[in-house]
Amino acid sequence: MCLAVPGRVLDIEERDGTRMARVDFGGVVKEVCLEYLPDLQVGEYAIVHVGFALQRLDEESAKKTLELFATLGLLQEEFGDPWEPVAQAGGSPLPAAGIDTPQEAEK
Amino acid sequence: MKYIDEFQDPDLARRLLDDIHSTVTRPWALMEVCGGQTHTIIRHGIDQLLPDQVELIHGPGCPVCVTPLEVIDKALEIASRPEVIFCSFGDMLRVPGTGRDLFQVRSEGGDVRVVYSPLDALKIAQQNPDREVVFFGIGFETTAPPNAMTVYQARRLGIQNFSLLVSHVRVPPAIEAIMQSPSCRVQAFLAAGHVCSVMGVAEYPELAERFRVPIVVTGFEPLDILEGVRRAVRQLERGEHTVDNAYPRAVRPEGNHAAQAMLADVFEVTDRAWRGIGTIPGSGWRLSSRYREYDAEYRFSVTGIQTREPAECRSGEVLQGLLKPHECEAFGTLCTPRTPLGATMVSSEGACAAYYLYRRLDITNASLEASPVV
Ligand code: SF4
Repeated sequence: MCLAVPGRVLDIEERDGTRMARVDFGGVVKEVCLEYLPDLQVGEYAIVHVGFALQRLDEESAKKTLELFATLGLLQEEFGDPWEPVAQAGGSPLPAAGIDTPQEAEK
Repeated sequence: MKYIDEFQDPDLARRLLDDIHSTVTRPWALMEVCGGQTHTIIRHGIDQLLPDQVELIHGPGCPVCVTPLEVIDKALEIASRPEVIFCSFGDMLRVPGTGRDLFQVRSEGGDVRVVYSPLDALKIAQQNPDREVVFFGIGFETTAPPNAMTVYQARRLGIQNFSLLVSHVRVPPAIEAIMQSPSCRVQAFLAAGHVCSVMGVAEYPELAERFRVPIVVTGFEPLDILEGVRRAVRQLERGEHTVDNAYPRAVRPEGNHAAQAMLADVFEVTDRAWRGIGTIPGSGWRLSSRYREYDAEYRFSVTGIQTREPAECRSGEVLQGLLKPHECEAFGTLCTPRTPLGATMVSSEGACAAYYLYRRLDITNASLEASPVV
């Protein structure tokens, strides 16, 4: 949960009076709120934590970090189905559906 | 140096390590505040690559681990109510409350859902106007602004079936409490990078000066940690104690003003109990009185909670850096990720989980070598 992952802004739109973006995290696309970085533009990178862009990041360091996180399997940990490992560790079957988030991850 | 080849840039890692090795002349104890950093350190064996004189002490910076048992029990109670959809980050699912966890509540029929962002919980509230949607708002200064924004949005959009069960914590009062403890051995801090991305560094110079302790803002990747350690050791060897930013690509000194303003609007500072540690004055946030109607504790008056911690669990000492996880008697026997006694064994940032995941084999081998062959 505390992991903040760099992502690249794909497009931006105003929704319900809030600035939102689709952000690409090394292949996983998520909706991200830009209210804390209102002047972030399409193509720029930012550190994103639980669906909020918190600080700008230059492209080179963003890419390095994403590459490293992908190698370590951290992206899967952050964006994968959270029920599965929990069910495994608990030794019980998955309770009903996996991800409950309305915004499904686009792979 | 068995792990160094796994570093992203092994040459740079070696240069940083060489510099640390040649700078150190006597023993120093450094605390990494953040549980994410603890995982990087153990996963990459950074503690084993450092000179023997440099000891890394694991700090209390795992929000899942420090959430008080009473709050977990309140969450379990609220999540069990038929009218409630209880939303949480995935890390909280197997954190043991008194006798059960959220995962169990869900298998018993409770509507517990995992979300990626607090805004997803708000969306669920919009889609289910006849249900009460509660979001479990835990975390440090990095997670608090997203949660604050979600409550602000709920009010702005007139969404009334949404509330937050809040247990936010703040780093600077924790540093203060650690330095004031009579058993404190910490001589320098690696401060949590992303907390500073939000808050900036303004809260730290006073602490560095008052306790004469270097504070180095540090990132989460293996090379970031080495650089943080290198700068902390340099200061210690020179007798300095300043605030230094070793993570400038993500931390501006002023932090994120918009996020700070939202925090100040939605939350107010409060005393907060830390699981295993006790109450630290001014170490948390709660919803300010202006947002009281969005406070789940107020909306669902949960009373009569009797908490019970397992006697064997020593996570309080682990979180204060007084004990290494494998020194706990229950580690790997009574307590495993499958049968956790403490939150530090199941949280993705917990120190006990880090040792179990990445060090267990080393520890078993070492104890086999140490025990006489029969
Ligand atoms: S190993 Fe388990 S019982 Fe021991 S301190 Fe860690 S969580 Fe508690």
